[in-house]
Amino acid sequence: MMEPSVLLVDDEVAFVETLVKRLKKRNLRVDFAHSGQAALDKLAASGPTKFDVVVLDVKMPQMDGLETLARIKEKHPLIEVIMLTGHATVESAIEGMKQGAYDYLMKPCEVDVLLTKLNRATEKKREHEEKILEARASLISLRRGD
Amino acid sequence: MTPTDGAETRPARRFRVPTATAMLALFIIAPLVITGAVNLHQFRNAYRTKVSNELSVMIERHSLTVDAFINDRLSDIRVIAREHPLERLRQPEFLRLVLNLMREEYHGAFVDLGLVSSDGIQVAYAGPFNLHMAEYSAAPWFQEAMASENFVSDVFAGLRGSPHFIVATQRKVGDELYVVKATIDFEAFNALVENLRIGSTGFAFIINREGEFQTNPRFVVALNRPPWIDLLEGRVRSDRISVLDGEDVLGRKAIFTIAPLKQGQWFLCYQQETSDAFTELRRVQEFAAVVLIIVSLAAIFAGYLLSRSLAQRLADAYRDRRVMAHQVIETGRLASIGELAAGIAHEINNPVAIMVQEAGWIDDLLGEGDPCSGENLEEIMRAVTQIRTQGDRCKEITYKLLSFARKTDPTIREVELNDVVDEVIGLTSQKTRYANVSIETELNPHLPAIHASPSELQQVLLNLVNNAIDAIERPGGTVTVATKIVGDKVVLEVRDTGKGIPEANLGRIFDPFFTTKPVGQGTGLGLPICYGIVEKMGGRITVESEIEKGTTFTVFIPREAPEGDNVESETRGDRS
Repeated sequence: MMEPSVLLVDDEVAFVETLVKRLKKRNLRVDFAHSGQAALDKLAASGPTKFDVVVLDVKMPQMDGLETLARIKEKHPLIEVIMLTGHATVESAIEGMKQGAYDYLMKPCEVDVLLTKLNRATEKKREHEEKILEARASLISLRRGD
Repeated sequence: MTPTDGAETRPARRFRVPTATAMLALFIIAPLVITGAVNLHQFRNAYRTKVSNELSVMIERHSLTVDAFINDRLSDIRVIAREHPLERLRQPEFLRLVLNLMREEYHGAFVDLGLVSSDGIQVAYAGPFNLHMAEYSAAPWFQEAMASENFVSDVFAGLRGSPHFIVATQRKVGDELYVVKATIDFEAFNALVENLRIGSTGFAFIINREGEFQTNPRFVVALNRPPWIDLLEGRVRSDRISVLDGEDVLGRKAIFTIAPLKQGQWFLCYQQETSDAFTELRRVQEFAAVVLIIVSLAAIFAGYLLSRSLAQRLADAYRDRRVMAHQVIETGRLASIGELAAGIAHEINNPVAIMVQEAGWIDDLLGEGDPCSGENLEEIMRAVTQIRTQGDRCKEITYKLLSFARKTDPTIREVELNDVVDEVIGLTSQKTRYANVSIETELNPHLPAIHASPSELQQVLLNLVNNAIDAIERPGGTVTVATKIVGDKVVLEVRDTGKGIPEANLGRIFDPFFTTKPVGQGTGLGLPICYGIVEKMGGRITVESEIEKGTTFTVFIPREAPEGDNVESETRGDRS
């Protein structure tokens, strides 16, 4: 399986920097954004297939995690989102999952735990994509009347 | 949680035990004295009436007795004068016989017996004196006796030189007129009246219209003073019994009773000192006075006990209230910390997350084999610096939190309001960042220091700023904290550009437990506590609000600390 492609979204610059390095060290393809809007821009620029998973901080200035999640899901329904949260915003994370987030993680988090969740999310995404491909294939064969 | 010492003595200062005791005792004693006085007055009147009635009755009885005595003696003489023929009456032996008979019968009331001819010569006489053939034509009594059928004289000395009086009756034989006369022993008559004694000062005597004593008064009587002078000069009715008040010769209050005798020619007089006559009344008065004193003492004692226990309870209640108010403020403070906690937990979690990542990164690098290769070493050092930076960040946050989470300290000291503003804004910065609220300050740098409790002031401002931030909805707004000087007050203003407070809620925002926040998020205690604290400082807090434009809370704080908490602020503070 190809390593997951991840977009990290958090307003904490130092946090993002180090986590990017650590994930890269584990051979993940990692990009980052420091605000919800920047993340949306990156996703829009890269097309639907570049990123498998978005790791999204719940509490950010301007556009917060929940709002960003809603917009991501609106435009890129296949991309999986993992919510990153502090203790006090667990409710928001749960709310996020109701809105279609794949999972949530509490800060501070172990990188291995994050890695596991990233892999699973990626698997799920790819599974989805495959199913869609299959569906399309069967649709085509149906038309052909095989 | 100890209220200041002043707080415990304050109710005692307002509630004075001696004053309360006096008031209570007064409330008990005053009605007692009034009813007592009224009762006593009525009793005195009734008693006076009773005494004067008793005296009247007694004197009347005696006057009847005296009148009867005189009339009886007159009747005796009349019987003698009518029953016996003149010849017998002319015989001294016969008269002696009759006299002896009468003396036996009437215990010596009769002294002598005589027959006087119309020319005033006593033609027959029986008695202890040698008065045979005595000449009476010039004697007043004889002239009176000749003028009327029966006659009783006043008491006089006469020929014999000792006091006596005469009863006389006429006896007609043909054209000749004789007078039968008898002398009544003064002592016997005197005893009739003198024995009339009541109490230790009551005595009786008889006077005639001219003011001559007909009996011996037991004590000195001055007839030239009221009421006797009034009696003699005809100013007292002589046809019935009179009871009069006056003074005796020694100037003591006395009660006088006067009854007419002998068809108003004589008066039976009775005199008694009032205090003697009213002994019973005096005893009642003394008894009432003793009862009143005992009851008053009891009332004062009961009043004292009551006031003391009242004062104690008041002090207890006051202290409880202080403790309660303090607890409520404390609770509210913890609640506002709780509101902050969400933001602060995140604030701390961020640097912690970074530190964990950096540590993990170092781990990763160390696991690679050669940690001391130039690139790795540099990376490790950078990570360590980052960990230190983030640790400092954590420390700063916890310090800020701790500075607020310390117990509220009501101690009043000099406070720079601007410093408090800076502190509180520092504390809320995280919350504002995520709520897209920018905080602006308009601080007057020349603000004088005010006297207040810094932690309470902090709490007021934090509540107001928290509320202001909460009032601002997406997409955000501005909270302005301003300090300025208005007159002799230092003014703290918190303005927001939030949704505003509806008119209907404006009147209730300072009521405890009134909140528009969802359940679990607002205690409804923030503003009431602000209100309580500001009032306690001697200041006041006002609010202006416009829907969709924003709200401004203005706190006026006096430059000097109030001398003592005033009552209104106590009650108001209590509600928070």
